[in-house]
Amino acid sequence: MSVFETVIGLEVHLQLNTKTKIFCSCANQYGCAPNTNVCPVCLGLPGTLPVLNNQALLSAIKVGLALNAEINPFIKFDRKNYYYPDLPKGYQISQFDFPVAKKGYLKIKSSGQEKHIGITRAHLEEDAGKLVHDNSGSCSLADFNRTGTPLIEIVTEPDLRSPQEAYDYLHTLKLTLQYLGVSDCDMEKGSLRCDANVSIRPAGQTTLGTKTELKNMNSFRAVKTALEYEVRRHEQVITAGGKIIQETLLWDDEKAQTRTMRSKEQAHDYRYFPDPDLVPFTIDYKIIDGVRAELPELPQAKFLRFLSQFGLTEYDANILVADNSMADFFEAALKEYPHAKKIANWLGGPVLMELNNRKLSINELKISPKGLVELIAKVEDGLVSNLVGKEVLTLMLDEGKSADTVIKEKGLAQVSDDGALLGIIDEIIAQNAAVVEQVKAGKTNGIGFLVGQAMKKSGGRANPKKLNELITQRISGA
Amino acid sequence: MNLHSLTAHALLDLIKSGKASAKEAYEDVLGRIKAVDPKVKAYVHLSHQTPDFKGGMPIPIAIKDNLCTKGEEITCASRILKGFKSPYDAGVIERIKNSGGTILGIVNMDEFAFGSSCETSCYGPTFNPWDLKCVPGGSSGGSAAAVAADEAMWALGSDTGGSIRQPASFCGIVGLKPTYGRVSRYGLIAFASSLDQIGPLTKDVRDCALMMNIISGYDERDSTSVNEPVPDYTKALVNDVRGLKIGIPKEAFVEGLDPEVRRATEDALELLKKLGAVIKEVSLPHTPYAVATYYIVATAEASSNLARFDGVRYGLRVTPKSVRKNALVDMYEETRSQGFGDEAKRRIMLGTYSLSSGYYDAYYLRGQKVRTLIKNDLDQVFKDCDVILTPTSPTVSFKVGEKISDPLSMYLSDIYTIPANLAGIPAISVPCGFAKNGLPIGLQLMGKAFDEEMLLRISYTYEQNTPWHTQKPKL
Repeated sequence: MSVFETVIGLEVHLQLNTKTKIFCSCANQYGCAPNTNVCPVCLGLPGTLPVLNNQALLSAIKVGLALNAEINPFIKFDRKNYYYPDLPKGYQISQFDFPVAKKGYLKIKSSGQEKHIGITRAHLEEDAGKLVHDNSGSCSLADFNRTGTPLIEIVTEPDLRSPQEAYDYLHTLKLTLQYLGVSDCDMEKGSLRCDANVSIRPAGQTTLGTKTELKNMNSFRAVKTALEYEVRRHEQVITAGGKIIQETLLWDDEKAQTRTMRSKEQAHDYRYFPDPDLVPFTIDYKIIDGVRAELPELPQAKFLRFLSQFGLTEYDANILVADNSMADFFEAALKEYPHAKKIANWLGGPVLMELNNRKLSINELKISPKGLVELIAKVEDGLVSNLVGKEVLTLMLDEGKSADTVIKEKGLAQVSDDGALLGIIDEIIAQNAAVVEQVKAGKTNGIGFLVGQAMKKSGGRANPKKLNELITQRISGA
Repeated sequence: MNLHSLTAHALLDLIKSGKASAKEAYEDVLGRIKAVDPKVKAYVHLSHQTPDFKGGMPIPIAIKDNLCTKGEEITCASRILKGFKSPYDAGVIERIKNSGGTILGIVNMDEFAFGSSCETSCYGPTFNPWDLKCVPGGSSGGSAAAVAADEAMWALGSDTGGSIRQPASFCGIVGLKPTYGRVSRYGLIAFASSLDQIGPLTKDVRDCALMMNIISGYDERDSTSVNEPVPDYTKALVNDVRGLKIGIPKEAFVEGLDPEVRRATEDALELLKKLGAVIKEVSLPHTPYAVATYYIVATAEASSNLARFDGVRYGLRVTPKSVRKNALVDMYEETRSQGFGDEAKRRIMLGTYSLSSGYYDAYYLRGQKVRTLIKNDLDQVFKDCDVILTPTSPTVSFKVGEKISDPLSMYLSDIYTIPANLAGIPAISVPCGFAKNGLPIGLQLMGKAFDEEMLLRISYTYEQNTPWHTQKPKL
């Protein structure tokens, strides 16, 4: 049996988060009542004309630059003609031969290896509407809120060699796009969608095998699973002496299999031609340079800087960089409290846990960098224990109050007062006479046990250092 | 008082001097419509919205059935748009309303402006006021007939290959296709977006200038609209052509040109020469390809522009009783089969073909290249000429039914008007005489981009020295 090489190329459609749609001034907003963000232009009413949203173009340029691509200063739009009820004009305004960006790459890390994935092109286009199919099957309803949402389609070269690599590419791409702030990249809301082209060939062969196109994957995980399924299918067909048919397949996530959507013969002839309603124009290089100058620090650069500038471990840096707002939060906190490792521990530990529990992003949490730092300082100063500190954090987030207030209101401050602690210690010593005897006999690790018992008794509020001191004194003095 | 036979500027003078009111004029024209439109059939429907007669230029106006007018059913004279009530005003309609214009109603046209005779309308033909057996020209046939028959003081039309000028010429009135980008296309239901331009059909050249003052100007809703200052076009109305250079393309006087039209054109030339203009013979070597180029480019754009009429959101929807392929495709096919007339289907098929994979380069792309050559020819001539003069159409109007089954001969009706659309330059048609059968003949002047003033100046001078515009059809 020969060994096959997998060849994958991805097409990612990304909805841009501009205020208004790409060719009209309707709000570009998800989740509104059907057909409320519409106007004669995006409904394609007779006589209406498109006018390009400049912000969408700038966002596309930003994406192109972040993908290390050449920006095409000649901006031209074309019509892609096909019929579907969610497409009100009977054509989609897209870019055919002059994409905004071409010939770029994205650096990814997959299975410990760094790799450049070629970006063939990134072009601007408008999104279509959405059809809602009635349960009775008697009719379909059209919602045109999404119609005219600016999209950028990012197409890779066939450079990906495994489903895992495809998965890693998508993660890096998404992170990069989130850093750019051009999209919320939410696959569930459909603001990021991915189609995959896959083929296999005998290892060593340079020409490409026959490819199939996979659609309808609703998560990065689904992209990977669908590709794994399809690669296996290709291998089985070819190993059995069969041939792969070039076709478009739909991924069925529940059944975990692909099914034919349309064959090559049924492929549309989109009859692309330049849209006469949008006059081609040339953008000034100054505009492109302006966008370049405003590019934010991208995740890979930030990762390296966090290592060198703050001496973080790769593990910590990765956690922080994996979320742009987390990284920003970290740096803001660091300005208030110059202990990188401690802040990183808190963010990567308790804070991340709270984020996951609450399914929120860090910007949505009721805590500021300064607020977090105040809490960390209190733990470090021994005002509360580490354990209680986590409890304080939860309460701060629940109630939106400062660490100070929470500690005062709930009486969570550590007890260091000898009088109060001695009462507890005497009780513990009385209850654990055997252990006390052992300690006296020189087995000092029994002290730890006694401290733990006293801590429990105090409801976690006792100052452990103080406990240790007092217990040792009590036993040796007795 | 007979107000309907006045020009717009004459009416304005009467209103200013208090001798007539806007309301009187509007009602007088409505009366005229009631009297003669059963014969002419220019109107598709009258407006149900009564104007308030408050604006400064309350001129009763007819609107072509492809200009979106809020609250009116706008159909492009096609079954497929039956029932479409526009929820918005086109840019030009806003301007007309802001000037105080009083909208009489919506007038007939060839279906989707596909035609030169007004016969492809789903409402049936409009008739030429000069001879009711003849066509008014097209596609703005309803606009031209309404103005010629005094059923409107003036009218708005649209011109993709001659659709304002040819019917103006057939009906003995003035029609101007402005420079591409001079007038906003926002709200004009597109035929061929890179060629379409809205313009005035008026009783004389002064009215043409007046309406240009109203409708011209930049509109941010139309990316092809040009942000150039708009002059006061009435200032161009100077009775003087001395020293102006008029180019006569030798390719214009070719086979197929009606001898009477030829003679009228030559007479006009003689007169302009006598008035001091300099006549120069010029050559436009690529114009013989203009009609072919036009039918590639225009139909390609039309095939895409008309894709939105699919029965999903507005207008006609036909749901077949039994399922053939699938419910959706069946609905598309049945709706479009029943909704579009023959000429629309012919042009959609032509355009779809020339954009198809494997044919694009040979047809559409080649067409665009020839278009550039034609534009270069004209640019070359305008280096040394102020205007180019030709007949508007090779013939006078013809009988209803005479050419409808012969699309090629119908297409040749626009042989002189098409180059201006391909090049985006302005062109005007003014009356220049009558054939022996009493039908009007039109003269075309083409000008440099954004030099409508030159066209108006020469047309005005010609008009001031000829009686043609004062004659009226007997109805």
